[in-house]
Amino acid sequence: MSTAQVAIVAATETTELGAIPDKSALGLHADAALNAIREAGLKLEDIDGLACAVEDPLEVAFYLGIRPDWVDGTNIGGCSFISHVRHAAAAIAAGHAKTVLIVHAESGRSWQGMRGWINMPHSLMGQFELPYSKLFPPTLFGQPVLRYMKDFGMTPEQLANVAVVQREWAAPNPRAFMRKPLTIDDVLSSKMIAYPLHQRECCLVTDGGGALIVTSADRAKDFPTRPVYLHGTGEHVETPTITTMDDFHSSRSFVRSGRAAFSEAGITHGDVDHLMVYDAFAHLPIYGLEDLGFVPRGEAAAFIWDRNTAPGGSLPMNTNGGGLSYAHSGMYGMYALQESVRQLRGTAANQVEDAEISVCHGVGFMFGAASTVVLSNAHVIN
Amino acid sequence: MTEIFGRLPVPIPETKHFWDGTRESKLLLQRCEECQKAYFPPRPHCPRCGTSRVVVFPASGRARLYSYTIDHINLRDGSPVAVGVAELEEGVRMMCNLLEVEQTPEALHLDMPLQVVFQKINDEITLPQFKPAGEVQ
Repeated sequence: MSTAQVAIVAATETTELGAIPDKSALGLHADAALNAIREAGLKLEDIDGLACAVEDPLEVAFYLGIRPDWVDGTNIGGCSFISHVRHAAAAIAAGHAKTVLIVHAESGRSWQGMRGWINMPHSLMGQFELPYSKLFPPTLFGQPVLRYMKDFGMTPEQLANVAVVQREWAAPNPRAFMRKPLTIDDVLSSKMIAYPLHQRECCLVTDGGGALIVTSADRAKDFPTRPVYLHGTGEHVETPTITTMDDFHSSRSFVRSGRAAFSEAGITHGDVDHLMVYDAFAHLPIYGLEDLGFVPRGEAAAFIWDRNTAPGGSLPMNTNGGGLSYAHSGMYGMYALQESVRQLRGTAANQVEDAEISVCHGVGFMFGAASTVVLSNAHVIN
Repeated sequence: MTEIFGRLPVPIPETKHFWDGTRESKLLLQRCEECQKAYFPPRPHCPRCGTSRVVVFPASGRARLYSYTIDHINLRDGSPVAVGVAELEEGVRMMCNLLEVEQTPEALHLDMPLQVVFQKINDEITLPQFKPAGEVQ
C-alpha cells in the first residue's frame, strides 16, 4: 500500500506546440509556467520553489517574476523534469517549499533564443567520442541498435513498427505534430539518417514545453484540477559516453530507476494501466519495456508487434504519439509527464478507460541517465 | 595529416599520457592492480574499487567491431561516415572511425576483427582509429 505525500495540481503545455517562431525558449518557459499557475488558480507570489533544466533558474525566476526559496537546476538530459518531480517531493517533505513549479521549454525547431548543446572538448565525450562523431544524437544514440538486433534477432521491420504504432496513437490526437498514418514500408523507405535509423525512427524536432505544479497531498484537494498523486520515484546516472554503457542490450539507468520507482510505490507490473517510455528513437521503448521489467529480455519488439502497446492493447504506451509523432523539442520528459497526468485526470485525447496508475519513464542524454515516476489519481493505492 | 571528422579533443592532466602515447603509435590503457581489470577512459583511480594502485600498459591493438552507425547527414567528401565501437581484446570499448573499408552495412560486419591504426591530425593530436584486421600471419 502507498499513501502519496505530494500531488501534481497543475499540468499544462505551452499554448501552442509544433512551430512557434514568435517565441524564444525563455518566452516558452513563461508561457508554459503561466498556463500552469493560472490552471491552479494561483498567483506568481504563491510559487516558492522552481525547477528547470535547460534554462538558468535565475533567468527563469526573474523573467517570470517569481521569488523561489528553493531551486533545482538538475540537468541530466531529457528526463530531468521527471527527476525534478522526485526532488520537489523531497523538498516539500523537508519543509523547504510548499508550491513548486517545474518548467521546461525549447525552441527546438525555430531555434529562437536557444543556448544550444554545449559539450566541452576536454570532457570525456569531447575527448573520446566527439573526435569520431558529430554531436548528432542519431549517430550516437543509435550505437547499441545493431548489437541488439544481432544478438536478439530483432528485424528492421520490428524496429520500424515502433514508429508505426506510435503514429496510430498520434493520428486522432489534434495536438500531435505528425498524424498521417504510417506503414512499415513508409518507415523503411524514409530517409536514412544514421544507419540503421531512418527518419521516421528518429524523434521530431518541434518547439514547445510544459509546466507542472507540485504541492503536498493534503493541499491537493483545494485546487480546481483533479489531483494526480506521486507514489513512486527513481533516478540513476550511468555515463556521459554511450560507448561505455555497461551493457549495449540494457540501460543500467533504466533498470535501477524503474526498480526504485516500482518499489517505492509498492506496485507490480500488472497494476500499471498506462505507460510512457521516452522515445527519442524507435529502440527506446524496446529497451524501456525490457529494462522496466514488463517483458523478458529480447522480447519487447515482438510484444509491440503483437499490438500489446497499441490502441486497444493491454499496456497502452506513449498514447500521445510520443517523441516520434507528438512533439520533441530536444528534451522530451516534460511531454511524457503531461500525458501521464492527462490520462489520470481523464482528459487525454486517447483516453485509457479507468486509468488509475501511470508509469512515466524518461532517458537522460544517450542512455546516460534515467528517471521514473509512478503516478495515480488515487491518494492511496493498494 | 588527416582532417578530423568530429572535433579536436583537448587533453587534460589525467589523460595526457594517453594522448602522448597515441603520438608514438601506442594505445595505452590502464589496469587496476587490485582487481586486475582494464578500464577506459583514462583516470588515476580504478572506477570499480576506487584504488589508486593502477598501472598504464600498452593494449594489443586487437579488437572486434562491437557495433556502429553510419552517419548519412554529416558527410565526408560527400559520403556517409561510419562511427564504430571497437571492443578491445582487453575488454574495454572505444568509439572510432572505421578506416580502409567501405562505409556500408555490406562491408561492416559485427564482430569482424579490427586492428588499431594511428591517424595523425596535427602535431598534438593523433587519434587511435581501427581498420579491419588482415589475414592472421
